Amino acid sequence: MRAMIVKEFRQLRRDRRTLAMMIVMPVLLLVILGYAASFDVSDIPTVVAGPGAAAAAQALPKSFKVAATYPGGASPAAWAQNQLRDGHAAVAIVTGSAPGPTVLIDGSQLFTAQAALRQFVAERSGQVGTTASVSAAIADVTTHILYNPELKTSYIMIPGLAGVILVFVGTVITSLGVVRERQAGTLEQLAVMPLRPADVFLGKIVPYFVVAVADLVIVLAVGVAVFGVPFRGSLAVFGLGALLFVFVTLGLGVLISSVSQTQGQAIQLAVMTLLPQVLLSGLIFPLTSIVAGVRWIAYLLPLTYFTEISRGVMLRAQPIGSLWAPFAYLALLGTAVTGLAIWRFRAFLAPGAAR
Amino acid sequence: MTAAWGAEAVSVSFGARRALDQVTVGAPPGQVTAVVGGDGAGKTTLLRCVAGALAPSGGPAGGRVRRPAAGRIGYLPPGPGVYDDLTVAENLRFRSAVYRVPEAAAGPLTGEYLERTGLAAVRDRLAGQLSGGMRRKLAVIAAMLPGPELLVLDEPTTGVDPVSRADLWWLIARAAADGAAVLMSTTYLDEAARAAHVLVLDAGRPLAAGTPAEIVAAVPGTIAVRPGPPADADERRRAWRRAGTWRVWQPDGVPAAGSVRPDLQDAVCVAALRAELERAGLAGAHA
Repeated sequence: MRAMIVKEFRQLRRDRRTLAMMIVMPVLLLVILGYAASFDVSDIPTVVAGPGAAAAAQALPKSFKVAATYPGGASPAAWAQNQLRDGHAAVAIVTGSAPGPTVLIDGSQLFTAQAALRQFVAERSGQVGTTASVSAAIADVTTHILYNPELKTSYIMIPGLAGVILVFVGTVITSLGVVRERQAGTLEQLAVMPLRPADVFLGKIVPYFVVAVADLVIVLAVGVAVFGVPFRGSLAVFGLGALLFVFVTLGLGVLISSVSQTQGQAIQLAVMTLLPQVLLSGLIFPLTSIVAGVRWIAYLLPLTYFTEISRGVMLRAQPIGSLWAPFAYLALLGTAVTGLAIWRFRAFLAPGAAR
Repeated sequence: MTAAWGAEAVSVSFGARRALDQVTVGAPPGQVTAVVGGDGAGKTTLLRCVAGALAPSGGPAGGRVRRPAAGRIGYLPPGPGVYDDLTVAENLRFRSAVYRVPEAAAGPLTGEYLERTGLAAVRDRLAGQLSGGMRRKLAVIAAMLPGPELLVLDEPTTGVDPVSRADLWWLIARAAADGAAVLMSTTYLDEAARAAHVLVLDAGRPLAAGTPAEIVAAVPGTIAVRPGPPADADERRRAWRRAGTWRVWQPDGVPAAGSVRPDLQDAVCVAALRAELERAGLAGAHA
């Protein structure tokens, strides 16, 4: 038995990636789950609009952080709603139109909306010891939950899940497909065949692209038909976002396979990119609840941006104009990752050219 | 010799290790050229260079490779060379599609090759479920199917049973008869003896080259057969075991009783011994 144990440790030591995973994973999970994983919402980005709005803002409990104030112009209510639609705030307080202030809450930010709602309910029933002025200011508010009035979890999960599935097919499955070729020794044969590297690259990727798109359509159809998730925005904007995101995940898949020798290694690496995306992209835990020291990681992950796009478009009918930043980031990341993947791919498909 | 493909003074390094050092090999059309040598001699590296899967190291200084356009090369890599999760027929169809072999030509040819090598009955079986020999035959057929001008086969017969080996040799001979320049590696010297030209590699360097007869004729001295290992320490350095007896190379010996005519296997052993003695700076090296 001792011989067996010694052999096992020897092999473990040789397999650097497994070793790294064993050490990195617990630390990563500890950091993520310890610092990042939180359903508690401490900051609620808020906009205020209408006469007496500034006073109302003053009167709000501390967790409501005023992000913007009505600059004038069109109707305050319309402005406030656009702020929510474009994802600039989770709560909007509008005064002037009704007797008391109207509070608009973005239901597509589930946990933030719940936290905001709790605050108002608690205030109104006097459970929280607040000053008289606060109580007076929000005593007669009317709350409206927009986009997800019943605060259903499925509304926010399914647009996010669509992204996870694209990561799964694009990165995990694709990386396996290319490594299989290398492991079987057939990649070398492809290099000798009358195929251009681009033929091999595209030929390898197109099937997975088709599968990813089919999966996406299925998830959306089931989400809309079975779970009643609304699709309010433009299909074209969503499609463009999905296309850019698939571009990133496929590129990542090929890149992973180009640095892996076996399918096991590819799976390991792919899972290492999948896990942080699932945990940190805002899919489960709200981004604003993630500690700033870890949150920057979230802003590097492509799924963060796709989740933003898919929720914005599906639930809030967010127009493309206010989504330019996630679109630009995905396009940039996709170009970088795919460029790197093609460069690595060429090295063993055109040995004369790349060396 | 017309338009021989092959390598000229090719060198390849992997990091600090020199896998091939100034190796030249020609592959004339219609003939079989065999590269022999032990494990790590550089056979696979040389064949990869000729096939185009690997570039010689150091640019133009690494030597020159002459090969036809990619569509006119058939290459059997050291691995399986076929897709395990495709059937025999699907593997061949993929190959003829990539090489744009018209169906009218590919169909009958595929039928004939499969029939002749006993694979016709397993057309629809997954390549991964074939025996080692059958899979090797399939891979060679796949490489031959487009009718290449240059056919590079990396150890097509290693680990294959004698019947399948005979089938493989039928395929190889057929490719050469059809005009292909066949460059193959093997660890079996009886196979190399059937080739028109042989290159013996050792540690990335050419030990001997020529027709099998030329290589045998170039053995200096004589070879003596002994029942047991020679007692003399100097003789033992020049001795090897073969079929239950011992053979000793005598660089300055004259044919006498107890000496045998060397064959290709003896010639390769002598060439390897000479290289070893030369490295050690011992007598007999420059005989």
